[in-house]
Amino acid sequence: MKIRIKFRKYGVMKFIGHLDMMRYFQKAMRRAEIDICYSEGFSPHQIMSFAAPLGVGITSDGEYFDIEAGHSQSTACAIKMLNDTMVEGVEITGYVRLPDHAKPAMSVVAAADYTLSFREGVNPPALKSEFAAALNRFFTEQTEVLITKKTKRSEKTMDLKKLVYDFHMEGTETQPIFYLNLSTGSQDNLKPELAVAALFSDMGISFPSDSLMIHRLDVYAVSENGRDFVSLLDMGSVIE
Amino acid sequence: MIKLALSDEILMKIDKPARYIGNELNSVKKRPETVSIRFVMCFPDVYEIGMSHLGIQILYDMFNKRQDVWCERVYSPWPDLHKIMKEEEIPLFSLESQEPVKNSDFLGITLQYEMCYTNVLQILDLSGIPLSACERGENDPIVIGGGPCAYNPEPIAEFFDLFYIGEGETSYDALFDLYKEKKRHGASRIEFLRAAAGIPGIYVPSLYAVSYRADGTIDSFRPLYEDVPSIVQKQVVTDMTDAVYPEKPIVPFLKATQDRVVLEIQRGCIRGCRFCQAGMIYRPTREKSTERLKELAVQMLKSTGHEEISLSSLSSSDYTQLKELVNFLIEECRERRVNISLPSLRIDAFSLDVMSKVQDVRKSSLTFAPEAGSQRLRDVINKGLTEESILNGAKMAFSGGWNKVKFYFMLGLPTETAEDMRAIADLANAAAALYYETVPKENRNGKCQITVSTSFFVPKPFTPFQWAGMYPPKEYINRAKVVNDSIHAQLNRKSIKYNWHEADVTVLEGILARGDRKVGQAIRRVYEKGGIFDAWSEFFCYERWLDAFAECGIDPDFYTLRERDPEEIFPWDFIDAGVTKEFLLREWKNAMQASVSPNCRMRCMGCGANKYGGGVCFEDKN
Repeated sequence: MKIRIKFRKYGVMKFIGHLDMMRYFQKAMRRAEIDICYSEGFSPHQIMSFAAPLGVGITSDGEYFDIEAGHSQSTACAIKMLNDTMVEGVEITGYVRLPDHAKPAMSVVAAADYTLSFREGVNPPALKSEFAAALNRFFTEQTEVLITKKTKRSEKTMDLKKLVYDFHMEGTETQPIFYLNLSTGSQDNLKPELAVAALFSDMGISFPSDSLMIHRLDVYAVSENGRDFVSLLDMGSVIE
Repeated sequence: MIKLALSDEILMKIDKPARYIGNELNSVKKRPETVSIRFVMCFPDVYEIGMSHLGIQILYDMFNKRQDVWCERVYSPWPDLHKIMKEEEIPLFSLESQEPVKNSDFLGITLQYEMCYTNVLQILDLSGIPLSACERGENDPIVIGGGPCAYNPEPIAEFFDLFYIGEGETSYDALFDLYKEKKRHGASRIEFLRAAAGIPGIYVPSLYAVSYRADGTIDSFRPLYEDVPSIVQKQVVTDMTDAVYPEKPIVPFLKATQDRVVLEIQRGCIRGCRFCQAGMIYRPTREKSTERLKELAVQMLKSTGHEEISLSSLSSSDYTQLKELVNFLIEECRERRVNISLPSLRIDAFSLDVMSKVQDVRKSSLTFAPEAGSQRLRDVINKGLTEESILNGAKMAFSGGWNKVKFYFMLGLPTETAEDMRAIADLANAAAALYYETVPKENRNGKCQITVSTSFFVPKPFTPFQWAGMYPPKEYINRAKVVNDSIHAQLNRKSIKYNWHEADVTVLEGILARGDRKVGQAIRRVYEKGGIFDAWSEFFCYERWLDAFAECGIDPDFYTLRERDPEEIFPWDFIDAGVTKEFLLREWKNAMQASVSPNCRMRCMGCGANKYGGGVCFEDKN
């Protein structure tokens, strides 16, 4: 059966990279005695796939991976077994059974939402209301917002209006927080700090790349009606 | 959650920040106010190497089982972080508490190889602890050295307050109890060290004076006070079965070199190879009971979730109940989908059968370690392995489907001639020929691949070869060239690949391995000149060492080229490592006559280790 597991990644664990998190969970599956299935061959590996890799330095309330299991305990029981063997900074918050025909998490990811806040000790370069006004002018009221994304090999022009589904301000006047919901996945992946950098540069603020803390809230797929986003966890059902 | 010692900004710009955050599964956190001793255990190399070390896992577990001790870990910051810590004056911190190492009571540094000595100074320097023990004050940690290089601690003696000679399981409790008592009475650092010198296995270098002869050799080495023992006794765990062992080892996030459960099946080796320090200093050979090992294997697999288990010992084939243990593991691991790795197995019918069950024959290679090419030289080094048995093993392996074979040899062994060097190529060629003879064309999986690797021999203290002379760097490279040329002259040269090691590092290892107290100042000079991570070829700089020796007026040849006189007092002679100097000298003489000595189970050679009252010396006497 297909199982989807949701977890939080916080505190010092944000410094553990994606590959090491995968290794961490492979060992955790064994410790929690989850009946995970293995591939064939001399060095069998667990059938496990992650939804959307999280960059080093980013915390998250909504990380996912799917496993194939022979049988399963109840959701509550499995969550407890797993959490009993977690380190501080990783918490299992969801464990659901997916329909047998479900596609792997990785291939259905369409969007993710984030908050970006100023690191402790960093003075925000503007007030929340100033950011909100600038955001209106720069993003909300425009029909097209072109930015260039530089990669190692090439430069690519992208339209933020097509990739950012929601971009607004939260937090307090003196501690502004940027909220973004944006395109994620293998096709049109956009990093949230790029969108905020574009806003900063529009406002004439030089962007201190390490002064923002990035936090992922959740990861979404397109719902069956094709119009809304649905949290990856809601695509499965709780095992009683 | 804990506050890290390094800021997010720093952690985001250095390589592998996971090296510095701690928080690993099974690492131990305690409330500082509940303990009376803070101990920081250090492996002076990068995290992934240090985390793979079994000895630290054992002592970490043992120390933390005491309620009054909190043992933490620290590893060498990689050069990228080293630079930042120096620039920003960030003190070195332990992983668990993220607090400065300098605030601890003890800093224990394991000394596994000589080339880590500059990293020892890096650790002290970044911690803000004076490099020389004599400059340390009442608030500095007591710096302890241990591990195999502590069997000749003299080159680094000035940097340590004390050394622990032998296996940590036995005397640390006494040391901790003494420390608590002295602390309670407000005793000074010097008073504590003086008292600690009375604990078996503890060597306090500052309590001994050395004088030298005109020729540079040692004239006398003696304690400064009457109550300080003139001989330090190596510590040994008599009963391995009941000895402490970590049932819940730490599981790193980063892929460490040893990313698996390590099951230590025995300590010591019965073989008596004359070049091998481990085979001498871990005497007598002591086994853990199979029952205990089965129990431990299951517990450790459960507590770590590792996907592989490995047996650890100097010569697994000599474990008396190997069949029973391996069969149990194969069964247990099949159920758990755990891989088994079986290093240091002699190639024979049994080991080939086992390996065909636990690994993919087509992909894996088999390793032979004849160490010397000719039978004569193998007899000199007492490697009880004949050409016939090597080729027999290879033949069985080829029939079993293997076509990749590795051979390990040493160059620069005592008495070695060009003939011995060429015999390496001959043996490799004979093995390749055997493949084409043994395996019919239709069954071959391409060519056979014979990999020949040579390292250069470095004489080590407490071995029969401790008297041996070494060669100048050029001569080592010449020897590798002789092997290379003769491999290229072989009929099956296209099936043979040859690798050899650097020579410069060999010479340096030789100086540090058998050095005396005079060498310490040069190590300090190298560190001052920016030398760290000398064990890494990309950071090792031979010229820096040569410059430092010249500046300190040290002649490297004195330590390397000389064949020692039987009467010479060695810097390490004050240590009683169990094996007597008389035995080692007998073996040195046997070596010169290419005379083979039987192993411990065949006949006792009276090495002296039976005084520990356990292990192989008493196997048939219960």
